[in-house]
Order: sequence, then C-alpha cells, then structure tokens
Amino acid sequence: MAEARLKVYRGDSGGGQYVEYKVPVEAGMVILDAIHYIQGAYAPDLAVRWNCKAAKCGSCSGEVNGKPSLMCKTRLDDFDLSEPIEVRPIKTFPVVKDLVTDVSWNYEINKRIVPFTPTNTNTDEWKIYQDDVDRVQEFRKCIECFLCQNVCHVLRNHDKKDLDDPKHLFAGPRFMVRIASLEMHPMDGANRVPFTKNEAGIGYCNITKCCTEVCPEDIHITDNAIIPMKERVVDEFYDPVLMIWRKMTGKK
Amino acid sequence: MAMIDTRYETHEHDVIVVGAGGAGIRAAIEAAEQGLRVALVCKSLLGKAHTVMAEGGIAAAMGNVDPADNWQVHFMDTMKGGKFLNNWRMAQIHAQEAPDRIRELELWGAVFDRTPDGKILQRPFGGHTYRRLCHVGDRTGLEIIRTLQDKAVHTPNIDVFMECTISHLIKNGDEVTAAFGYWRETGKFVLFKAKAVVLATGGIGKAFKVTSNSWEYTGDGHVLAYDVGADLIDMEFVQFHPTGMVWPPGVAGLLVTEAVRGEGGILTNSKGERFMEKYDPARMELSTRDIVAKSIYTEVKEGRGSPHGGVFLDVSHRGADYVKRRLPSMYHQFKELADVDITTGPMEVGPTTHYVMGGVKVDPETAQSTVPGLFAAGEVAGGMHGANRLGGNSLSDLLVFGRRAGMGAATYAKGVASIPAVDEAAVQRAIAEMVEPFERKGENPYTIHQELQMMMQANVGIVRIDADLRKAIEQLKRIQERAKTTSISGSVTYNPGWHLAKDLKTMATISEAVARCALQRTESRGGHTRLDYAEYDPYWSTVNSIVRKNADGSMEVTTAPLPVMPEELKKLFEEEKR
Ligand SMILES: Cc1cc2nc3c(=O)[nH]c(=O)nc-3n(C[C@H](O)[C@H](O)[C@H](O)COP(=O)(O)OP(=O)(O)OC[C@H]3O[C@@H](n4cnc5c(N)ncnc54)[C@H](O)[C@@H]3O)c2cc1C
Ligand code: SF4
Ligand code: SF4
Ligand code: FES
Repeated sequence: MAEARLKVYRGDSGGGQYVEYKVPVEAGMVILDAIHYIQGAYAPDLAVRWNCKAAKCGSCSGEVNGKPSLMCKTRLDDFDLSEPIEVRPIKTFPVVKDLVTDVSWNYEINKRIVPFTPTNTNTDEWKIYQDDVDRVQEFRKCIECFLCQNVCHVLRNHDKKDLDDPKHLFAGPRFMVRIASLEMHPMDGANRVPFTKNEAGIGYCNITKCCTEVCPEDIHITDNAIIPMKERVVDEFYDPVLMIWRKMTGKK
Repeated sequence: MAMIDTRYETHEHDVIVVGAGGAGIRAAIEAAEQGLRVALVCKSLLGKAHTVMAEGGIAAAMGNVDPADNWQVHFMDTMKGGKFLNNWRMAQIHAQEAPDRIRELELWGAVFDRTPDGKILQRPFGGHTYRRLCHVGDRTGLEIIRTLQDKAVHTPNIDVFMECTISHLIKNGDEVTAAFGYWRETGKFVLFKAKAVVLATGGIGKAFKVTSNSWEYTGDGHVLAYDVGADLIDMEFVQFHPTGMVWPPGVAGLLVTEAVRGEGGILTNSKGERFMEKYDPARMELSTRDIVAKSIYTEVKEGRGSPHGGVFLDVSHRGADYVKRRLPSMYHQFKELADVDITTGPMEVGPTTHYVMGGVKVDPETAQSTVPGLFAAGEVAGGMHGANRLGGNSLSDLLVFGRRAGMGAATYAKGVASIPAVDEAAVQRAIAEMVEPFERKGENPYTIHQELQMMMQANVGIVRIDADLRKAIEQLKRIQERAKTTSISGSVTYNPGWHLAKDLKTMATISEAVARCALQRTESRGGHTRLDYAEYDPYWSTVNSIVRKNADGSMEVTTAPLPVMPEELKKLFEEEKR
C-alpha cells in the first residue's frame, strides 16, 4: 500500500515544531482522514477541528504545503507522495494547539454588524423574486471557514485586528460579504454604509483578490461584495450632490 | 502524568441550553425573549453544529406550490411515516406550528429559494403528499443555523459558551440544578448553575461505523438525561438513510441528500432495473426512508449491487444546468471527493446511519422530560417521529419544539425563586471521573471506539436478529468495562483523546439502550427491522419502548402504552380511507 508522510505542526501558543508521521494511503483519502489516522495510531492528543467532513461547516481550515485549504476537501492524491506534505494551522489567528486556532475575533466582529432589519414585518406581504436574491444567496453560501480572513494581507501581515481602535481595524473579507448580504437584501431597511467605512475599515482593502481565490464556496468576494460596498461608501460620503443635501438637511 | 487543575469556575443563569444546533439556539432565543438570562453552551464553534449540514429542506404546510396542502395532511403524513408510533400531539403541534416558524426565519433574515410569483419555493420529498420542503438549494441547514445564530448573538441576555463540553448534570434532590463540563481549549472545568436546563445535543450516529454524522454525535444529551433518571423512549428506532456515499472509503457514509430523488433521481441495480418498482410502485424513489433503505439493502444482498456495494442513483437526465443549480453541493461533493460527475452519470449509494428517532421522553406542550427542570428538544428528544422520520421533518421539529422547550424552561425557571444550591460532592465526583484517564495506564480509547462501531454496525444495524442482539449486549458489557480503564497522554488543552475517553462511555451506554430496545421489540416497523420477526405485530403498535436507569445503575427496558389519539384526529384517517 502506498504511504504518505505528513509533517504536522505540533505546538501551542508558546511555540512548536513539525512532527513527521507515516500514513497508509487509501483511495480517495483526504488530509483530514490522514490526520484522523495519526490521532488513532500515534497521537490521540493531536488537536484538529472538524464536523461535516464534506466542506459544509468550515471547521477544518488549515494550510497544506502552504496553501490555505479545507482539510476535508484536499486529497492526498493531489500531492507528490515522495515528498512529505506539510500541514499547519491558518496563520492569521493565534494557535491554541496544533492545527486549532483561536478564531473568536471573528465572532466579535459579527456582533458589531447591525442585523437584518426588515422594512415590513408581515412576511405574507413580501414578494421576493429569485432574481432579487441570487446575489444575496451567493453571499449566504459562506461557511465561515475564515480562509479569506487568513490570506488577506491587511489581517495577515498588517494585523489590523484592534477591536478597541477603529483606525487599526479591518473587519476582513468574510464580514464585507456579510455586510453586503444584508445591504443587498431587498427587505432590509438599515444603513450599514457609515459602519462599513468608519468601523469596518473597508478603505484598507486594496482589491488584491487573494480572498476570492481561496474561497471554497466560490463567492466572488471582491467583485460582488467589496467593490459594490466601496461604491456605496463613495456615493454616500464623497458624492457632491449628496454632500450638499446633507449640509442642507443636517442629516448624516 | 499531566498536572491537572481541579478547580472550577462557576456561572449562574436562569436557563442553560446545552447544544447550539437549530433546537438549542431556538430555545435560547425564546427563553431570552421571555426576559431570562440564558447560557448557550456547545462543544463545537457556534454555527458548526449538525444543523449546518442539513441539505434538502424544511417541511411546513405553507401551500405555496400546492395550495391543497394543510396541517392535517402534514400531520397524517408524519404519523404514517412514523408507523403510528409517534406521539400524536407532538405530530399535531409540529404540523400546525411549522409554517409560523418558517415565516419567523424569513423575518430574521433567511433567504429561501423563490417561486415564480415571489413566495418561498417548496420541493417534494419522500412520504410528503405535497411539495412541502422549503429549501435553499441543497444547503438549507446552513441558511437556518446562520439565521438563528445571528438572531441569537443580537438578542440581549444570551451568553454563548462555545467549545465547552457538558459532561455531567448535577441534581439537588429531584431537580436538575447544574451542568458541569470543561472548556475544550484549556481543559479547565466549569459549572453552570441554573433554574432549568434544556438539552439540545443531537444524535448518536458515532456509535456506528458507517454514518453521516460528525464526531459530536455521541449521544451526550441522551445519556446525561438517562443518568439523572429521565426516561428515554423508542431507542430501537435508528434511521438508516438510504443514500450515503459508498466510495471512496474515506467518505463512505457521507450523506447524499434525498433532494436528489426529490429532483427526479432514479435508483437502479447492476442489471439496470429500476428496482423500486418492486418494493413501492406507487411512490417509487420517493417512498419513505425505511422502505428505500431496506430495498437497497436487499438488492445488494441478493447480488445486484454496484461495484462498491451500493446501487446506482442517477439524476443526470435533468441536464447539467438544472443539477448544478438545484444540487450544487452534491455536484461538488462527488466531483471533488469521488471523481464522479453527477451531471453526466450515476452516483453509487448505500444506506448510512443518519438519525435517531428515539430520545428523551418529553411532554408535547412544554418539552419537559420526566425529571423536573430538565427539558429536551431536537434530535435528542423522542416521540415526534415514531418509528421513522420523514425527510425535512427534523429541521421543522427543531424550530417548533426548540421554541416550546425555551418557553417551557422559562416558565419553569420563573417559578423558582433563586438559583438552587449545588451538591458539591457530586461536582467532585465528576471532576474525579474526568481526571482519571490521565492517572492510569490502560487502552487507547480510539481502539475501543473502532471496535464499538464495528460491533454496532454488524449486530444492531439495518437488519437485526435475536442472537446478534444478545451478542451485542454481552459485548457492550465488556466494552463498558474497558471504557472505564482507558488512558490518555498529553495535556488537558484541546485533547481529542481525552474527550473521546468520556464520549466512549456515553456511546457504550446509549448503544446498550438501542440494543436492548431492539431485542425487546419482536416485530419489524420503520427503522427497526428484525429478520426473525419480519412483520408488524398488532401488540407492538400499541406501545412505546421505555429505557430507565435503575437505582443500582443497571438499565431497565420496558414499555408504556401509546397516548390515545382523540377522535377528531382519528377521523382524518378514516375519512381518507373512504
Ligand atoms: C448530512 C445531514 C443532512 C441532513 N439533512 C436534513 C434535511 O434536509 N432536512 C431535515 O429536516 N433534517 C436533515 N438532517 C437532520 C437534521 O439536520 C438534524 O437532525 C438536526 O440538525 C439536529 O439538530 P439539533 O438542534 O437537534 O442538534 P445539532 O444541530 O446536532 O446540534 C447539537 C448541538 O449540541 C452540542 N452538544 C452536543 N453534545 C454536547 C455536550 N456534551 N456539551 C455541550 N454541547 C454539546 C453540539 O456542539 C451542537 O451545538 C440532516 C442530517 C445530516 C447529518
Ligand atoms: S481583496 Fe481586499 S479583502 Fe480581499 S484579500 Fe485583498 S485586501 Fe483583503
Ligand atoms: S467568504 Fe468564503 S473564504 Fe471567506 S469565510 Fe466565507 S466561505 Fe470561507
Ligand atoms: S469538516 Fe466541515 S468543512 Fe471540513
């Protein structure tokens, strides 16, 4: 039987190192299967998150040979098995242990976004056509794997995650998607544009599209969510007509 | 040996909800909206519970596509699907309240697929007379859990504790007054004191080898309730979903949603025969799950299976665009994990352990268990689905009875003047039990778990006989003893081996309940098939199975008469016959 070698990051907040394990390869095996094999055969305490094993829950994010991936969707036969495969936790969030990271920051951000605010609370009167919600449904496919958060350089390299200082905070692509899904909902009446500019820090995004490339749900994060939101920010804050109107009416 | 901190932190709330799937979150929202302080505790991250994996849809007689639909028909379908072992009142409440729960989800931001005239679209599913399942492609569960999650985090008075596992319930006298557990991240112990406790922990599938369920489905809530003296009912009824993936080995058991058949998928054997013509010519592929699963089992057993021991399921005749739009995650699942393009050819499928109909016995109105102050909703609760659950009836069950459990717990908690005292000796016993695996030398829990799964699959699986069930009960005794002697290496921080050491005991207990109930019920009905008693038995149509813990710790299995259906509901079935 073919054999793979996995170099798995073992460590915690204090640091760690890679440990190599040999895993017998079965047809169709994915990285998460290999990790489970290692737990059963060598290292019962190897920490990893998973739930669905079907790319539906977004728990098993990691970096496989440096590539941000869902471990349950990454097949061993995509790799050259004569070389060891390196498996490490996502980088943008602090390591708890081994492949598990502390992603609680994301949950804090979500709390700050004004939730869905319907303009009419009698749903029997709603008429929503499929065309009206195709885009919103694209955004709602998000499984919160946080791979986009992981690769975005604003968070990964510049660490704009200061929850106490909006000047140094970028909510990240996942929450641009979330905001856009609410803003584009045909029955929503709230305005999250000032928040998007001032608190979610959309200005930090310079449209590199790295987030879109890694999204396992193929959400067009940059083109469909971020750019339209940037346009709304421009319209609302920098549009001269709107600006005069605001001055005249005293409205923000 | 690892140094373990045996101190614990304490939290006080009016209501603690254990489990943050659809049922748990809905319960928490309800209790909080009644003005109570709620702790919502779950062992994964928020939003990752099993509910996220639900695919096909949520059943509710909205009548958007088939205006003739109404609660009475939904009620009758549910009772028929459950082979009349359901608690009739739960089935009635469920059918009546499901449409309101859907409207409420929309109001909280859920975006379902639409009809051409701008309403929520509904699709057909097995056992449902009308097109009844509201859905979002094949990711309905994600839509529901995300909606509930966002509602909950913006509802005041709900404190969320995630990656926190409850290992013990603690009683004071007759009442449950606290839940004890640990943070997975740090291994630190934690005590939640409360006036009422809601269990919403989901199912037991991890006791079987081939399953669509995740690591979370170890029967925690079932056994937490059993251990404090609550009755469980109908534990022999485990649903083997007819269509799981069979190949490659790593994904064996992964669910292939019933929506594939709902969207016109056809089942064939190795001879190319559409075999459902033999077993249920009227409903064909959209027969109930128990019947389709047994049909597939029979085809394979009689040598007409596919190369990897399943049968073929083909939806490619609907055309590539249609399939990709209606079943996007199935398309990706097969493409990426099995190298199969379902828009051009068939998939191979076979039965997989999917859902447990049995669970904590509850009062239909309040969701209270037989122990005061302890409530249960969702998959962990029993009664609603009888001997077999219809597809789509779980998601609606979660919302309807999650809400009722939240209300029931809130009402109960309001009647309790202050947070009751906690029995410190019981807390110390819980701590000692948790620490033990670090202190002794013994077996690896993974090894025993694998044996348990193989054993359950072989002896208590889709078809059962007396001798196998007795063998299973014997072997379970030994597994239970071994589970008390496992040992663990490493530290308490995020240590899956340690978690499994506890889960293993839980699974061994719930497995015994399944095996004993299966032995007791000498007939075949719904999810429970006995080769030695292949037919319905009139006696067994009048009783539910009951599981209870004796004072000496042994398991007692008995029966209780079914609640009697009122005349006006009985009449519905008689009128239909005429
Ligand atoms: C692949 C798949 C597809 C499905 N598709 C459908 C469908 O289309 N339609 C339908 O109606 N049904 C479907 N079902 C069934 C349905 O999804 C489940 O029955 C339902 O989601 C269970 O919800 P729940 O709220 O009871 O539990 P879950 O959503 O499983 O939540 C359980 C919660 O309890 C927590 N928990 C468990 N034990 C502990 C503990 N000891 N301490 C703390 N927390 C704990 C977990 O962390 C989790 O938060 C499907 C099931 C599967 C597996
Ligand atoms: S496009 Fe914007 S959000 Fe996406 S990775 Fe680049 S900077 Fe980050
Ligand atoms: S937007 Fe895509 S990459 Fe980002 S969290 Fe959601 S699913 Fe993951
Ligand atoms: S385990 Fe759910 S996405 Fe990988």
